Amino acid sequence: MLGRTLQEVSAALKQGQITPVELCQKCLSLIKKTKFLNAYITISEEVALKQAEESEKRYKKGHSLGALDGIPVAVKDNFSTSGIETTCASNMLKGYVPPYNATVVQRLLDQGAVLMGKTNLDEFAMGSGSTDGVFGPVKNPWSYSKQYREKRKQKPHGENEDSNWLITGGSSGGSAAAVSAFTCFAALGSDTGGSTRNPAAHCGIVGFKPSYGLVSRHGLIPLVNSMDVPGILTRCVDDAATVLGVLAGHDPKDSTTIQDPGKPFMLSSLTDVSKLCIGIPKEYLVPELSSEVRSFWSKAANLFESEGAKVIEVSLPHTSYSIVCYHVLCTSEVASNMARFDGLEYGHRCDIDVSTEAMYAATRREGFNDVVRGRILTGNFFLLKENYANYFIKAQKVRRLIANDFVNVFNSGVDVLLTPTTLSEAVPYLEFIKEDNRTRSAQDDIFTQAVNMAGLPAVSVPVALSNQGLPVGLQFIGRAFCDQQLLTVAKWFEKQVQFPVIQLQELMDDCSSVFEIEKLASVSLKQ
Amino acid sequence: MAAPMLRGCCLGRCWALACIDSGSRHGRGAATGFTCSGKRGQSFVAQQPLLTAQKSRKGEHKWAAVVGLEIHAQIASNSKLFSGSQVHFAAPPNSLVSFFDASLPGTLPVLNRRCVEAAVMTGLALNCHINKKSLFDRKHYFYADLPAGYQITQQRLPIAVNGSLAYSVCVGKKWRQVITKTVRIKQIQLEQDSGKSLHDELRSQTLINLNRAGVGLLEVVLEPDMSCGEEAATAVRELQLILQALGTSQANMAEGQLRVDANISVHHPGEPLGVRTEVKNLNSARFLARAIDYEIQRQINELENGCEILNETRSFDYKLGFMPEPNLPPLLLYDTASLPAGADPQQVINIDRIREQLPELPSETREKLIQQYGILPEHSFALLNEVGLLEFFQNVIKETRAEPKKVTSWVLNIFLGFLKQRNLAVNESPVTPSVLAELLNLLDRKVISSAAAKQVFEELWRSKGKTPSQIVSERKLELMQDEEALERVCHTVMEGHPQVVMDMKRGNPRAINKLIGLVRKVTHNRADPTVIKEILEKQLSS
Repeated sequence: MLGRTLQEVSAALKQGQITPVELCQKCLSLIKKTKFLNAYITISEEVALKQAEESEKRYKKGHSLGALDGIPVAVKDNFSTSGIETTCASNMLKGYVPPYNATVVQRLLDQGAVLMGKTNLDEFAMGSGSTDGVFGPVKNPWSYSKQYREKRKQKPHGENEDSNWLITGGSSGGSAAAVSAFTCFAALGSDTGGSTRNPAAHCGIVGFKPSYGLVSRHGLIPLVNSMDVPGILTRCVDDAATVLGVLAGHDPKDSTTIQDPGKPFMLSSLTDVSKLCIGIPKEYLVPELSSEVRSFWSKAANLFESEGAKVIEVSLPHTSYSIVCYHVLCTSEVASNMARFDGLEYGHRCDIDVSTEAMYAATRREGFNDVVRGRILTGNFFLLKENYANYFIKAQKVRRLIANDFVNVFNSGVDVLLTPTTLSEAVPYLEFIKEDNRTRSAQDDIFTQAVNMAGLPAVSVPVALSNQGLPVGLQFIGRAFCDQQLLTVAKWFEKQVQFPVIQLQELMDDCSSVFEIEKLASVSLKQ
Repeated sequence: MAAPMLRGCCLGRCWALACIDSGSRHGRGAATGFTCSGKRGQSFVAQQPLLTAQKSRKGEHKWAAVVGLEIHAQIASNSKLFSGSQVHFAAPPNSLVSFFDASLPGTLPVLNRRCVEAAVMTGLALNCHINKKSLFDRKHYFYADLPAGYQITQQRLPIAVNGSLAYSVCVGKKWRQVITKTVRIKQIQLEQDSGKSLHDELRSQTLINLNRAGVGLLEVVLEPDMSCGEEAATAVRELQLILQALGTSQANMAEGQLRVDANISVHHPGEPLGVRTEVKNLNSARFLARAIDYEIQRQINELENGCEILNETRSFDYKLGFMPEPNLPPLLLYDTASLPAGADPQQVINIDRIREQLPELPSETREKLIQQYGILPEHSFALLNEVGLLEFFQNVIKETRAEPKKVTSWVLNIFLGFLKQRNLAVNESPVTPSVLAELLNLLDRKVISSAAAKQVFEELWRSKGKTPSQIVSERKLELMQDEEALERVCHTVMEGHPQVVMDMKRGNPRAINKLIGLVRKVTHNRADPTVIKEILEKQLSS
């Protein structure tokens, strides 16, 4: 039952094959069994069971609220949840319990969704590995999959197998792992430079970033306001569309949401792609791209072409400036957004009270990790009066050029762009941490970041397993506010590729052995 | 901008210039060496742009002062600029704080339509160009009463620009000559107010009240077109009256709804402008002119002593720069011509509609008063200067047949004098407009003398509820209508004072006044002096 998609389990609930409480309990039990994945920061067991009971009453009366009623979901721990601790994986917000729900959370709850807990991330969503949070790294469920383990057995390797677990990607790695490991049927992530699509690709699930302005950011603790979008992580494209239908639409609390009333997103099944024009941006063919991902990318292009779609090479000439431009804009907004964390109104406050300034300084030093502090410092440098025109203003101009690249391509008749999501499949943690956060973020966001600059919708769809038995995702990018068209194409593609289901049976059946292995692993790590 | 005051924690830094509030420095704020003084407490003042230092001798060249103002007016609105919190002056601390006001992470600003309309209306009243597109920016600084660490303001593209404010100064003998001056308005911008910090030095802690945090402000920037404290104070007073007439701000300085920062420099006429300094948070009309004049004098003294003027406030302007506010799209306004077809009136603001709703402005009101009632210009200023006085005046006029000039004189001299003596506002007066009108009618119909009328007025003040007629009859204050009786009194008085009668007959013109006085005394002020005079003259010539 847990392996089903949201749509399937929703049907099962309607037919009475399982009750919301049973479903919730199963998920809770799996969350506990897979605790070592570190996908959740907070498990809201009591709240979840209560919500499931409410849902069950509705089903019994025949008044279910819709497709999400009774469906276990998880929410990244940078969305405010009323009465449930919201930490952003930071010391700064440990113990902070928001008094209100983010609009997206409220909309899920209004539809009867059952909130299982808050998922792990990089501190304040600053990272691409889900390795830099105060609660420790998230482990990729595929590390423990039959597919990956069998491949590894075939290869000789010296090091301790189980210390070699893989990262999920990030920063919404907790949400990706939670969906991938079957502990919930959909999860909210956030996506500023690829934070939803990147972990979705590494965890073999669908990661959708809606158009900027389609989904409310109210209650999402911001990274970069002008690029942040709540993301949706699900096991299939249809599920993403179902969740989007609930989340999308104007929110009076977020002035950047579009005024048009939201429409339900029901995806038709595309049977004919011959009228489609798929663009392949040539600038995305970078030397760092692994040959395997490159080969899946070209296979995908061939697939569209063979089914009658027009596939053309296009150019996004300013792509190479994206990373440095993003760096300036992101750190500047971070410096500004993080100014509120002064320990006065909420969150961590140090014991030093000789002066307000000393209190601010110590609070912020204790509250933020190196990555956050580094970005604040950098951002403040860019915002200095003497630097503003040279960095921030220029970066804004480059951003406009990057956005215009997309406009030009779409105006030339391209419907959807097809690109890789990541350079390669997920790498082992020990491999990942050889580089610092900034280098990693710059590398890993390469295919995803420009989309945020332009505010476009994009979705990562799992394609196939690599030689190592790990998932590879490809990204589709659509026209602004043509989210439905984008997802329709993604759904067609998903159906063609038939991505294999993760085989975690061993993990689910016998967790004790995993726990033992984990203990050993942690011991060996300490040495 | 609404920079809060120095906080206790910033020891080691201090405002080199006085933060003139709660009277901390005003005691020595009064300038001694130059004059630019008018009648204090009035809105029309003398103006003398050329100032002489106290020590300067004859023949030395003179100084000119240049004064610009940044005025912050709290917008009169039910809720704050970007949140739904209520706006009240005297609410319990931290009782009017929304999640956004406390900068809870994830909250977003939502622009208050009323505040935008108030800004547009104020801009129109001040002859500004209204920008159909304006932008919001974040201005960063770390202060405990600025919870987000930045203030949302309009630095790059404000809502209104290039306006002007006309104000009048009275000059000449008895201040009878009214000169209209104009100060250019650089811009009007919408921005957030900060909270308030309360420093408890004893326990070395700072208490924060966020009730004011996020209240909408209009920042009105006046170009340095003024040349002394009195001019600045007069311009501010005129702006205050305009805001109050528009209803866009209550503009009560005592409640901090109107706060003024002044930038000041002095130079020799014909030479480049001097270095500016700033005097911040002037929140009382009384101290405004004094503080500016004090600073002008201080700069003159410094320069005459061979010292330099340093821009002291700038030296600890350690603020970070600005950044566009990413959570607010550009603010778009329309006029009837540019209004998109089928636009939801709730979603758009039409500048032309607001223009139609503009009420009468104080300058127009004064002009009307002068035209309609023939009163003096300075009286038109005085009538507008006191809250509710004009309305009181107009209500009296409505109900009395007395001459408008008479009414003006009574309202401005006797009525206002009584209020001032007792420190009362117009609406606290026990004497209502209709009561005063009745009294003036009695006077007009010559039922009582004007001396008796003053007596009645005093009585009215003491015994609320009595009508003037009641008091007149109780106190027997009616003028004697019985001419024969009055003739008898006159006759008796003349007989009792043969010497005075002799003087009169010899042609001493003052002698008759003595007799009139004596008759009035005998009649307890109840006889009309003109009638007495007629009788006396008749009797003398007979």
